[in-house]
Amino acid sequence: MGHFLIRRLAGAFLVLVLVSLMSFALIWLVPGDPAAAFLDASATPEQVAKLRGALGLDLSLPQQMLGWYGRILSGDLGQSILLNRSVTAALIERLPVTLSLAALALAFAVFFGVAAGIIAAVNHNRWPDQAVMTTALLGLSVPDFWLGLVMVLVFAVSLGWLPSGGFTPFLQSPAEWLRGMILPALTLGLVQVGFIARMARASMLDTLSQDYVRTADAKGLAKLHVVLRHALPNAMIPILTVIGIVSGALLGGAVIVEQVFSIPGIGRLIVGAIASRDFPVLQGGLLFLAVVYLAINLVVDILYAVVDPRVRLA
Amino acid sequence: MQGTPLVGRALWGRLLRNRSFAIGVVLVLVMVAVAIFADWLTPFDPLKSNVRARLAAPDAAHWFGTDHFGRDILSRVMIGARISLAIGAFTAVLAGVAGTLSGAIAGYFHRLDQPIMRIMDALMAFPSIVLAMVVSAVLGASLTNVVIALAIATTPHTARIVRASVLLEKEQEYIAAARSIGVGEWTILFKHVLRNVAGPLIVRLTYVFAIAILAEAALSFVGAGPPPPTASFGSIIAQGRDFMREAPWITVFPGLAIIACVLGLNLLGDGLRDVLDPRLKF
Repeated sequence: MGHFLIRRLAGAFLVLVLVSLMSFALIWLVPGDPAAAFLDASATPEQVAKLRGALGLDLSLPQQMLGWYGRILSGDLGQSILLNRSVTAALIERLPVTLSLAALALAFAVFFGVAAGIIAAVNHNRWPDQAVMTTALLGLSVPDFWLGLVMVLVFAVSLGWLPSGGFTPFLQSPAEWLRGMILPALTLGLVQVGFIARMARASMLDTLSQDYVRTADAKGLAKLHVVLRHALPNAMIPILTVIGIVSGALLGGAVIVEQVFSIPGIGRLIVGAIASRDFPVLQGGLLFLAVVYLAINLVVDILYAVVDPRVRLA
Repeated sequence: MQGTPLVGRALWGRLLRNRSFAIGVVLVLVMVAVAIFADWLTPFDPLKSNVRARLAAPDAAHWFGTDHFGRDILSRVMIGARISLAIGAFTAVLAGVAGTLSGAIAGYFHRLDQPIMRIMDALMAFPSIVLAMVVSAVLGASLTNVVIALAIATTPHTARIVRASVLLEKEQEYIAAARSIGVGEWTILFKHVLRNVAGPLIVRLTYVFAIAILAEAALSFVGAGPPPPTASFGSIIAQGRDFMREAPWITVFPGLAIIACVLGLNLLGDGLRDVLDPRLKF
């Protein structure tokens, strides 16, 4: 286990170095002068020069790079030009909102996805299987933000069951928080259900064909018992990896879905920075999300190695 | 891939007997035809406002209703299909070239494997939609830059798939045979190995096409898509959002058009995968 951990951590570190280098390099992609791109045409040369200084663009490239790594190592992602405050502080303040949305969506997606996958696998090649697979494919073809708008139309505007947007902090009122989060989390989760259902089905089919399952069947155990108690625990192991894969899509999707439901998370921060070309927020936000994603996947991989010892040797 | 390669008629026969492929092909061909012939098919001028028909509900004249300028939504969706499908197709081509080159070189030349694939790993650590959003915003939103941004986000996975196939293929005996008669490494890679990687690559690019259509819509929705007056599926939905209560049709119909395109491409991809690359089936 020690070797596995060291190898995995070293790999994650290397990717982290590259990811931060890429986030830094983003500013080179800006055509022309980034400072001038942020300020409008009426800005005086002095104002542009001042902003260049603030962004560190007047330094040489090695100096800029050294400064960037020095700052991010101490957790400083720079100052937002627009908000005039620390990017790190703004991101950390919004992280719980985005993470809780993604976590709730993940819970929805895993619950419905695994249930659908089991139903499909148990009824292999019969109509429930085909119904689940067709629905899964449809789910993979629906744009998440559009689904969110349609949900608002149906459940908020027409039926009036749930709020159409807005956000109540959990600590202020857990009930209101949940009411506000149901539609966004469903929207975000449903898009992933199809993917998880496909994986769960494949994994379950694989497990159901194992000898020990046949033995359990043969000794006369109830079918439901065999599926849920004998097959499911082993079939769930590959699903763990899926959680790692899906977390990236969920974080990205959360950025978009927050926009639909006016939820003040990291997504709104980043989207707000697009129109104003607030480069430190764009660079910092992107890097921050990548770090969260890498952390989630590191945890998932370690958990996987704990439940399935074969992985440690691979 | 094992056995005789499928070519010509035999391949078409098996593809057309595959239900996913058949339905997918029909859906995609219809959408592509609409996009190409939009200029003749549109019942109204998609850019012309008509104040008297503002926010009209769908009826016999305006099948999909009209927007706040009285513009015909059906016509706008048809023109939008052109932009959305073009962005999807160009993204698939660009990601295909970049992914094939980097994946093939990484898989074939052992020394370059680690450097190239670690860069791809790093790119994959960014949530792809946010990466595309930020790159498009930084480059400045234009049609070309949206395609570049989407290609950057979809290349790493493509490279990974090509690399995996190349790794398998280069161990085959015919490669050793080619090398033994003095064929150069680059010739082996591009003339022999890559030809046998085509199956998984085509399947992947069909999905990239679908992903790019979805991503372009999301980009337009958050304001990082192609700038107005370009009408794409995403930008029509974004404009319709302010009139959700009075005129939900502005939002609903372009969304259904996206689903038709993406579902068609996904079905097409699934069918191609079943026939061309049975290993990937699950």
